[in-house]
Amino acid sequence: MKFTQALKHLFFTLTLLLSGTALADRTLLNVSYDPTRELYQDFNKEFIKYWKDKAGEDVNVQQSHGGGGKQTRAVIDGLEADVVTLALSYDIDQIAEKARLLPKDWQSRLPNNSLPYTSTIVFLVRKGNPKGIKNWADLVKDGVSVITPNPKTSGGARYNYLAAWAFAEKSYGSKDAAKDFVQKLYKNVPVLDSGARGSTTTFIQRGIGDVLLAWENEAFLAINELGEGKFDIVVPPVSIKAETPVAVLDKIVKKNGTQDLAEAYLQYLYSPVGQKLAAKHFYRPYQPEHASPEDLKRFPKLELFTVNEKFGGWPQAQKEHFDDGGTFDQVYAP
Amino acid sequence: MSQSNIMPGFRPAISFTLVYLALIVLIPLSAMLLKTFQLSLDEYWAILTNQRVQASFRLSFGASLIAAAIAAVFGFIIAWSLVRYSFPGKRLFDALIDLPFALPTAVAGIVLAAIYEPHGWIGKLVMDGTGIQIAYKPLGIVFALIFIGLPFVVRTIEPVLQEFDTAMEEAAASLGATRLQAFVKVILPNILPATITGFALAFARGVGEYGSVIFIAGNMPYISEIVPLLIITKLEQYDYAGATAIGLTMLILSFLLLLLINGLQWWVRRRSGQL
Repeated sequence: MKFTQALKHLFFTLTLLLSGTALADRTLLNVSYDPTRELYQDFNKEFIKYWKDKAGEDVNVQQSHGGGGKQTRAVIDGLEADVVTLALSYDIDQIAEKARLLPKDWQSRLPNNSLPYTSTIVFLVRKGNPKGIKNWADLVKDGVSVITPNPKTSGGARYNYLAAWAFAEKSYGSKDAAKDFVQKLYKNVPVLDSGARGSTTTFIQRGIGDVLLAWENEAFLAINELGEGKFDIVVPPVSIKAETPVAVLDKIVKKNGTQDLAEAYLQYLYSPVGQKLAAKHFYRPYQPEHASPEDLKRFPKLELFTVNEKFGGWPQAQKEHFDDGGTFDQVYAP
Repeated sequence: MSQSNIMPGFRPAISFTLVYLALIVLIPLSAMLLKTFQLSLDEYWAILTNQRVQASFRLSFGASLIAAAIAAVFGFIIAWSLVRYSFPGKRLFDALIDLPFALPTAVAGIVLAAIYEPHGWIGKLVMDGTGIQIAYKPLGIVFALIFIGLPFVVRTIEPVLQEFDTAMEEAAASLGATRLQAFVKVILPNILPATITGFALAFARGVGEYGSVIFIAGNMPYISEIVPLLIITKLEQYDYAGATAIGLTMLILSFLLLLLINGLQWWVRRRSGQL
């Protein structure tokens, strides 16, 4: 994966060199996770225009997408991202800790804990919801087949797992009950894909499963673009707030001479234009007043909890649930 | 030394070989070894004796052996048909054999999953007829590996068959051998070494295969989780040492098995008088 990215990077640099006129342009590399692809395609166009007006400079913005974990590892291993826009703060923490490309307190540098937009986990079901799935408790019923990726390899799947856990712990009152609950839930999972996009494909193209646990934006994308009229979105009364943070990688931008550009890029995500685009691409904006009301109407109200509230932050959630020997491993232990 | 050779360029050739081997093969492998040394022997042992790791090793090596054996049998038949018979569209068919080489493995995996999944064309037929599910079960992994391994077998047997003089069969027949005798005693011993090579290549490729398998496997821990997936899983958790430990073990096991297969090949050649 790293190699293909390096190759892409090389290819891009080569085309840049060959195109001559673009030679002097500065380039920003935004390394992100899978479902943000469409958002940043739109956003980059707007930002390039904005920067041209503001600073009179032509710039390029290059985007790289893939499973969040893989992308993080690529950055740690040397992919020179000026900015990262990832699925969980834990991934950026890892970049700070293992590669020391930015300070450990990075999350306090931008408004709203560096979260220009957030998302949540919803259910995507077959048209008409034949299995009558309304809430998390319905996922463990006999005969309900649930599609969710492997939380060891997918950030989205970790949100799914924690959401189910927190629901059960609250509803049934204990950690043991929560463990039983997720165990039952994963008994209903017939295929464990390695990433969120893989699970979406399994559910939509392969026709496997009664319900897909999905990023809200991914669920909308599925409904609008992949199979109109074939699926319904079910929003459970309570779910997890998916906090998808952004950060400038200090060491890289200093080296590339792109600090002002990278900072302006992330700031622009918080601007009315950026907020509007986020809502348009099914992300819940930090400042909804800038988004268009039709876009906002698509987000139903639900009770959202955060990883910090329920699990004491990502490092602890990771250790307790997803590291080797954690609760997820116990789910499958024979 | 260099003077006694007819071909010039001994020195540059051998230096090139050594540099190439070092850069492309030895240095990356030693980097892997070094990474594994970050673990103590106890930690290494704990990883290897982990039940989930062992289950994936059984699956990866078992499925690869079965798939390579099946590919060897059918690859032999295909190579035979391509060399010995002529039929309309033969050249096209011949070109098709190489497709699994050229196809990105992920594409192959997605296509195979689509066809063999319980609602897919073939998957549905098999499911309705026999109740056996192919995709998302270990059986699906075997199917993907046969697909990937087949061209290795066909392409190693084909040239040997082409070289094989039909006069030898005719001689056998004229000396009174039955068709079966001619096949078992004359043709098979000549083809067997190439078939074993093809088998070994298909097997080696199968053990390391990721892209085509991952979409059809189902990836359930203890059941349909292949070793390469477990390595990726470790990497996702930033457990580089653990990942390389599994990788190294896989490498050693594969090397031993390939050595064994090479030994077998040598033995077969010797028995059939080719050495």
